Amino acid sequence: MTSTETRMAGRLGDSPLRPDGTLKVTGEFAYSSDLWHDDMVWGVTLRSPHPSARIRAIDLTDALRVPGVSAILTAKDVPGENAVGLEHLDTPALADGVVRYQGEPVALVAADHPETARRAAARIVVDYEVLPAVTDPRTALDPDTPWVHADHDNLVRDLRIRRGDPSPTAPVVVSLDFEVGMQDQAFLGPESGLAVPDGEGGVDLYVATQWLHVDQGQVCRVLGLPPEQVRLTLAGVGGAFGGREDLSMHVHACLLALHTGKPVKMSYARDESFFGHVHRHPAWLRYEFGARETGELVYAKADILFDGGAYASSTPAVVGNGGTLGLGPYRIPNVHVDARGVYTNNPTCGAMRGFGCVQAAFAHEALMDELADRIGMDRVEIRALNGMVEGDLTITGQVVDSAAPVAELIRTVRDLPLPAEPAGERDIRELPGGASNTTHGEGVRRGIGYAVTYKNVGFSEGFDDYSTARVRLEVVGGEPVATVHTAAAEVGQGLITIEQQICRTELGVEQVVVHPKDTTVGSGGSTSASRQTYVTGGAVKAACEAVRASVLRRASEALGRAELRLDGEKIVAAGGEVVASLAEVLTDPVEETVEWRHRPTYPIDPETGQGNAHVQYAFSAHRAVVDVDVELGLVKVVALDTAQDVGRALNPDAVVGQIQGGSAQGMGLALMEEIVVQDGIVKNPSFTDYLIPTILDMPPMQVKVLEYADPHAPYGVRGVGEPPTISSGPAVAAAIRAATGKPLRRVPVRPEHITF
Amino acid sequence: MDITLEVNGETRHLSIDPRVTLLDALRERLGITGPKKGCDRGQCGACTVHVDGRPVLACLTLAATVREPVRTVEGLAADGRPHPVQQAFAEQDALQCGFCTSGQVMSAVAAVEQEVADVREFMSGNLCRCAAYPNIVAAVEQARSTKESADARV
Ligand code: FES
Ligand code: FES
Repeated sequence: MTSTETRMAGRLGDSPLRPDGTLKVTGEFAYSSDLWHDDMVWGVTLRSPHPSARIRAIDLTDALRVPGVSAILTAKDVPGENAVGLEHLDTPALADGVVRYQGEPVALVAADHPETARRAAARIVVDYEVLPAVTDPRTALDPDTPWVHADHDNLVRDLRIRRGDPSPTAPVVVSLDFEVGMQDQAFLGPESGLAVPDGEGGVDLYVATQWLHVDQGQVCRVLGLPPEQVRLTLAGVGGAFGGREDLSMHVHACLLALHTGKPVKMSYARDESFFGHVHRHPAWLRYEFGARETGELVYAKADILFDGGAYASSTPAVVGNGGTLGLGPYRIPNVHVDARGVYTNNPTCGAMRGFGCVQAAFAHEALMDELADRIGMDRVEIRALNGMVEGDLTITGQVVDSAAPVAELIRTVRDLPLPAEPAGERDIRELPGGASNTTHGEGVRRGIGYAVTYKNVGFSEGFDDYSTARVRLEVVGGEPVATVHTAAAEVGQGLITIEQQICRTELGVEQVVVHPKDTTVGSGGSTSASRQTYVTGGAVKAACEAVRASVLRRASEALGRAELRLDGEKIVAAGGEVVASLAEVLTDPVEETVEWRHRPTYPIDPETGQGNAHVQYAFSAHRAVVDVDVELGLVKVVALDTAQDVGRALNPDAVVGQIQGGSAQGMGLALMEEIVVQDGIVKNPSFTDYLIPTILDMPPMQVKVLEYADPHAPYGVRGVGEPPTISSGPAVAAAIRAATGKPLRRVPVRPEHITF
Repeated sequence: MDITLEVNGETRHLSIDPRVTLLDALRERLGITGPKKGCDRGQCGACTVHVDGRPVLACLTLAATVREPVRTVEGLAADGRPHPVQQAFAEQDALQCGFCTSGQVMSAVAAVEQEVADVREFMSGNLCRCAAYPNIVAAVEQARSTKESADARV
């Protein structure tokens, strides 16, 4: 673009403000829990108190007597197939004869007030025969362990990777066992939505979700209705982070709405939300690295176990990531990986930001430090030495065919300025324990830790990963206006800002309207796997190109001239002469709909795990500086600096926001976030007992953004949202190890791990 | 019981159960949904409103006990213009999903009005899962300097 061209703001590379920002700061933005209909009733869910039980009988008599109750539904009221699930249809919409985890939905109540509905639900008498629960995933595959599902053993997926020498040896061998606790997405806006019956047997559902079309398919199956009769519209989403990939109240509200003939609102309370969505898989990892004395990795072995809980959800894909990416962004010639996901009667686990890579990263980064120490090498340089570069092969034999700046990333974070060394009298608020005044600096030790990791972008292993965009260009009040319509969910990441930026850039129009997200346009795919800017961005770009071609075709016909182009809002001939304005040519609207796919990926070989499983890799590194009160076990993260290659920053401010947010969530897992499950029972379903980082926990962050364009991706973009969640936690854990000298082979690191 | 609430300058009469929280009274009876229900247990700050200028958690306040005027995020704008704190939150992009934002804004307004010394300490009851914290701090800084220059002009 030349400087003489009129440059409108809000194109790619700018950081325009999000179009929904003003509504969000004034309180006018309607989240799913704000929806209201004048004659609506409220739906609530009765959930199983047991992790494993047979349902002998359900007695509704007392509950139905509660005044104000309009319906109570159980499995026998499901008109279609009582089965949902992202990868396996193994999850009943309502428990049918058996419950497999604490919190499984058993019955639904609709009433004129949520309190009435709750009181009625409490009067439902469920006769449970409590069964032994499978609660230790490490013995889930033993022959004498009962099956969680009568028709299937407890193995959800078993992935193996075999590459190079099957029995390699190396002069230096290090190994470890690591354990990662169960993390929650803890989005702030609870699961909620409104189902409105259309009076003709169909229903409209307004809901907060990550993928409208995959929800629609599941709801249709349970209701026994075709997609025309089940229409979904995205309601305001109060955060997602993977926790809205599976259904929550979607089917339930629709069942109640169709049954009562009334609009039904459902909104989970916070404690219920801990049972209402899947969590990040807890994992048990056993790793071994063999290396030369000079630090080069010769081989790596890993055995990774994910607890999938009661239902499959996205466990197969999480195992896919944990297995294929679980050794980190390193060049390793000889590889032996076994990754498994199993069924238990623990809470169901599935998607969360970082998806299978987060757990593995704690293990491979701890072991990399161990290896560096063993051979007396610098912890940063050993990563730089072994780090992938473009053209290397991954452990599945795939060529990394765009930038892989591992060495640059890790050295970049090392070279960023460090926070000042503590000296003299310190402000207690800056110390571990903060204003609770637990130390004046005695017993406080500083540590620094590093980590570098990578993540696949988009859906992998042969999945048909596409998005659909409809772009319309028309003249409104003499001005050209573009409307962009996709079903891709905005969850706070800023996709709608990017959609506008792409339209402005491609079509040269200033005004871009973002159509509400709904199922009247084709699927946008999931808002997950850091894929929307890439895939829906690609679709919007392609739709804009189609619109532009149509406009120019029309202009050529009308003006009888060839070789026209669009320049801002002007139609320009080859010689540069302006022949018409866009508004003159747009007598009728031009509209194009495009389905866009990234390069295909392929399934991996079931015996060797070899194959081109992924479409793109995204790399990031972190350096954490912590102060640890070694007497009390309290940790203060003093700085959390990061470098990440984003390919191209289409909206630089939004990129930084994603990196900050993702880093905080990874830090949370390292320090404080764990759903504690004992014998299949969740012990801490509240924000008092499940802690997430507050503004005081958020450390200063220096963020270095590298832009090595990926030639295979639209505009060169690389997914941004997940990598920071993967490398931040291991860096924090490493820093605590450095401060304390403790091995710390489990996260979150609790005070007692530090003090004893 | 019958109660009267003054919300955002309007007097509203309500007949409610004495156990109804201010948050439910606002959201479900008066249709004022700016204050959010993130936990209903005083743990997240999303429901923060002002009672007589003081930030309170509406989910922990019984509506029937409220005598003084209530201000919610919807009541901050003056003359059709957003409050400087709201302006600052939008301009600094101090949000991602925005679910925490009405609560953050109400706490931030109090922080600016009371000229608190330690903004982060003051705001630590407002969780943001998107961790837009750096921009939240920047927004409060911006609103503070807007206020200081306005005060200096008076
Ligand atoms: S809703 Fe009141 S503090 Fe969370
Ligand atoms: S912006 Fe999402 S919780 Fe704060």
